[in-house]
Amino acid sequence: MTEPTGGSSLPPPNSQQLALHVPEPKFRPGDEVDFTEVTVPPVDAARRPDTAARADSFHDLSFGLVRVLDLDNSAGGQWNPRLDTDTMRQMLRHMAMVRAFDERMFRAQRQGKTSFYMKSLGEEAVAVAAAMALASDDMCFPSYRQQGLLIARGWSLVDMMNQIYSNRADRMQGRQLPIMYSVKDASFFSISGNLTTQYPQAVGWAMASAAKGDTRIAATWCGEGSTAEGDFHSACTFASVYRAPVIFNVVNNQWAISSFSGFAGAEQTTFAARAIGYGIAGLRIDGNDALAVYAATRWAAERARTNQGPTLIEHFTYRAEGHSTSDDPTQYRSAGEPNAWPLGDPIVRLRDHLIALGEWDAERHAEMDKALADEVKLAQKEAEKNGILGHGLHQPFDSMFEGVFEHMPPHLKEQQAQMRAERASAGMTQGGNV
Amino acid sequence: MARMNMIQAINSAMDVMMARDPDVIVMGEDVGYFGGVFRATAGLQAKFGKTRVFDTPITECGIIGVAVGMGAYGLRPVPEIQFADYIYPALDQLVSEAARLRYRSAGEFTAPITVRSPFGGGIFGGQTHSQSPEGIFTHVSGLKTIIPSTPYDAKGLLIAAIEDNDPTIFFEPKRIYNGPFDGHYDRPSKNWSAHPAGEVPEDYYRIDLGTAATVREGNDVTILAYGTMVHVAVATVEDMGLDAEIIDLRSLVPLDIDAIEKSVKKTGRCVIVHEATRTGGFGAELSAQVQERCFHHLEAPVERVTGFDTPYPHSLEWAYFPGPVRIGDALKKVMRE
Repeated sequence: MTEPTGGSSLPPPNSQQLALHVPEPKFRPGDEVDFTEVTVPPVDAARRPDTAARADSFHDLSFGLVRVLDLDNSAGGQWNPRLDTDTMRQMLRHMAMVRAFDERMFRAQRQGKTSFYMKSLGEEAVAVAAAMALASDDMCFPSYRQQGLLIARGWSLVDMMNQIYSNRADRMQGRQLPIMYSVKDASFFSISGNLTTQYPQAVGWAMASAAKGDTRIAATWCGEGSTAEGDFHSACTFASVYRAPVIFNVVNNQWAISSFSGFAGAEQTTFAARAIGYGIAGLRIDGNDALAVYAATRWAAERARTNQGPTLIEHFTYRAEGHSTSDDPTQYRSAGEPNAWPLGDPIVRLRDHLIALGEWDAERHAEMDKALADEVKLAQKEAEKNGILGHGLHQPFDSMFEGVFEHMPPHLKEQQAQMRAERASAGMTQGGNV
Repeated sequence: MARMNMIQAINSAMDVMMARDPDVIVMGEDVGYFGGVFRATAGLQAKFGKTRVFDTPITECGIIGVAVGMGAYGLRPVPEIQFADYIYPALDQLVSEAARLRYRSAGEFTAPITVRSPFGGGIFGGQTHSQSPEGIFTHVSGLKTIIPSTPYDAKGLLIAAIEDNDPTIFFEPKRIYNGPFDGHYDRPSKNWSAHPAGEVPEDYYRIDLGTAATVREGNDVTILAYGTMVHVAVATVEDMGLDAEIIDLRSLVPLDIDAIEKSVKKTGRCVIVHEATRTGGFGAELSAQVQERCFHHLEAPVERVTGFDTPYPHSLEWAYFPGPVRIGDALKKVMRE
């Protein structure tokens, strides 16, 4: 062995035994839930900086919690968007529609009508209020839990269901997992199953819009868990460098399948604070407060529209359901968590605010819920006329080769011919499996 | 016509396309003011401005992800990955996003991007500046993979790739940027001025993707090659005095299998040459397709001449490189049968 130079003047070897920290959530199945450690500051605690303020002049907003709707059902503070009651009722209706849609489609999956579904229970405000705060042609790059964007933009429920059923009328031609919508006409980008890949894409779209002197901005969403992906950090760097007109939404719903937010770094700091290192504007907001989501999105959009660059908004919320129909949250977290969440339910909170204003009542709410459920049911009937997953081939079997490229290259034509031949030799035209 | 080396031809392709189409943009590490570490983008920023030719942060994932988003907006980005060896952080954006976007959205969104990247060894670049990762990309549905071997082809193919509405990986064999290479590293290097394919029109022209070129006609054996290895193969058969037919694939996906099949049926022998590692390399695919289509015409087993399944060794570069000796051995072997 070669002797190190320096000899005895080197520092002595470390004598302290090392210990590895592996995060552990506060509550596991069977545990009593106590969320008193979750700080809920008063609604007037967060200041609202001018939209032209430098991003480094309000770092405190990355650690606080922007709120508008108080737990006593009043609205206040500097961020109060002072929406008229018609708009708030519209917001309430959209959120309730998302919930009714989710409820129905979740059940459809359980009935074997499709392979997969993802609810957004408890997170409806995050997408609905954002869609209402953005212009209808601002480009959205969602993750898989922002169905509220489509519903708030008035997109057809039947069209969404056709996709969920992969049926004859599915515009995606049965190629995508249920809920991985793509709706260019609603400025809603094709959803990927790979996490946070949409982040740099949103930045690229926003950069292109700016480079072309366009007026449209981009917004994108990911979960707190997938802020750990390299794409998130690449996107933040690009957005910061070019001051891209983009809004980054981090939906901190506490859980990434079974991994609590601690596995993405929540024990050390907030997700909004990620913005500080990149020199971009950061806001941490109550994601169960539709008015706060609306106000923060409007503020971030104003910054983007005036070339002030990107904003990262952490929506502090709670995933009240499992990750998807393939998940069983009772296996890893306390069943008491959803009801104990200190920031309540976004629909109940906006409903109670409108009731407190004398602009709504329990009876009207029940009527609305019934009307929405009927509307969803009707849409479902309509969609099911086009077929449900697994009951026959809804697309021509040889259509799988189309759209890989704009023009089908020879090797795919050959494989398509091979497939036709193998099915013909087995006596199959449509339907059945090889 | 002008005399160009491969870098100048590539530069000219981007220059021509940027002038023709305001949606073409060029981005990548060091490509802006400086003009790229190999000078492939020299002068483009001065001519077309900073919003169309710009430097990027050092994140390949970000470069490709941003390019995909720009493509979705309606632009036609030409991102540069400084070395093919650096492309791996961008794999998810290429494989799961760019390659799948048209399919998964049923044509609502597309990624018409052309990823340029210098690849291959023979420049003493060590294991992180010498790799040939084309086989990773040819395995992915939804990507096209193009590799030119001359300045003329590089320009025509790059223009076709930029015009193509699907994502294309455009690997540039950096060993032959400045001149063709016969595989004899100890002989004086040549430049493109004496080579007929160093004559390059200054204006627009295109070479359709998916068309191979027969660079040498012959009757005894077919050699399939691309990039640098085309020139090594040509020099080797000339030294050996063999009546070999050499096909420069130019486009790996889509593949001009008709040209390959026709040639192998004529010669009855086939040697495949690439610099990339052997196992699962593109040569394996070529070998499989040749035996599927030409089995009854073959007079000898198909031979592959490749790099070894090791990292690219710095000091042993010329022992690794599939040069004239290894190609010659394979040719002698198939000719003996």
